[in-house]
Amino acid sequence: MCLGVPGRIEEIRDEQGTPMATVDFGGIRKEVCLAYLPEAELGDYTLVHVGFAITRIDEESALETLELIRSMGSLAEELGEEPAEPEPDPAPSAVGGGS
Amino acid sequence: MKYLDEFNDPELAARQFEAIERTVTRPWALMEVCGGQTHSIVRNGIDQLLPDKVRLIHGPGCPVCVTPLETIDKALAIAARDDVIFCSFGDMLRVPGSHHDLFQIRSNGGDVRVVYSPLDAVRIAADHPDKQVVFFGIGFETTAPANAMTVVEAERRGLTNFSMLVSHVLVPPAIAAIASSPDTQVDAYLAAGHVNTVMGTDEYLPLVERFNVPIVVTGFEPLDVLEGIRRALVQLEEGRAEVENAYPRAVKPGGNPAAKAVLAEVFEVCDRAWRGIGVIPASGWRLSERYRAFDAEYRFEVTELHVEESPLCRSGEVLQGLIKPSECEQFGTTCTPRKPLGATMVSSEGACAAYYQYRRLDVTEKVDA
Repeated sequence: MCLGVPGRIEEIRDEQGTPMATVDFGGIRKEVCLAYLPEAELGDYTLVHVGFAITRIDEESALETLELIRSMGSLAEELGEEPAEPEPDPAPSAVGGGS
Repeated sequence: MKYLDEFNDPELAARQFEAIERTVTRPWALMEVCGGQTHSIVRNGIDQLLPDKVRLIHGPGCPVCVTPLETIDKALAIAARDDVIFCSFGDMLRVPGSHHDLFQIRSNGGDVRVVYSPLDAVRIAADHPDKQVVFFGIGFETTAPANAMTVVEAERRGLTNFSMLVSHVLVPPAIAAIASSPDTQVDAYLAAGHVNTVMGTDEYLPLVERFNVPIVVTGFEPLDVLEGIRRALVQLEEGRAEVENAYPRAVKPGGNPAAKAVLAEVFEVCDRAWRGIGVIPASGWRLSERYRAFDAEYRFEVTELHVEESPLCRSGEVLQGLIKPSECEQFGTTCTPRKPLGATMVSSEGACAAYYQYRRLDVTEKVDA
């Protein structure tokens, strides 16, 4: 219900006074209302909920969070062991999350 | 897809599990408020991989599940009218009313349509000036801006044949209701990230002060959920109770100002009944005086409703985190997604549906739960 799906803004236009965008969700393109993201620019990643862009995804914050998790260090590393080979292609989940 | 794969990385998840293991010294219970998070947790087995000392309690954050039965029955009565095209998010169609659901209305000849966006309902209204088009406006704060803009758009286009049946619910009053309950077992809350994308984080500050519980704004991918859990546990172990943002790529402290401005104009706060829980004061939004002409409750007089909940359904206890779905005697036997007794078995965010989808073959769950 409160699913928010990240996608990339491919095109921005005005539709009878309402700012609209074409957003690419990994190959699937949909029309999205930009009324709540007037500052959006082409190429921005946005979180889309029921046809509305509700925020820009902040790349810097995303990278910071990932860096924080990486810096936690695994027990194996702390014990000086070689880290396991990562799986070549971890299966992505189909969609983003809810509320 | 960017920002999905990265937050599903199993190697990083292993680091988070280890960090959580190192953090925890005592038993703690955390509630994930949002049904989307419940599904992520159950689908990925996060609850089963956490240390035994950490228990996750599933919260009421499923708007489909908590829409009051009386409102469902009103929707059914309106949708059955010959002059109405009734538009809804797909999740609502199988939600049981007192006697039937929207699917049955449709198979009996009612014009019930599933829309992806509420704006689609406005387009349908423009295309069918001879019909009354009604949109079932449900949801938490995440969905409210879309529904609000739909009403604004209908007015802008001068559509007199569009209205909305509104049953919006709000997260902070629900947290307050659960935290005030003398039976509550919840030590910390994982707030529903996309609600905060819209509303920001400030309205949670009074809650942490009043109830002395940590509230951590949490996302939905496995690494997001684990980061929310980890930060809540660090606060609990250190004796802190603060609002913390573990989902900063999508949540800013002030939320989305453009959305909040429209919400303040289109909606006003009201008391709201939550299905299975009861009335929670000031826990909902209805259309403001200014937009009341678009309120389906005023446009269609629905009387003589005989509201009747299934006596067997324990979804109220599930929604309050008092029992797990598998503890209900009806789970997976008389109650399934095809023949649900309650809305929690229907919705893609309902806890019962999550357990049915991912855990129904897990026999030990039923015995040990």
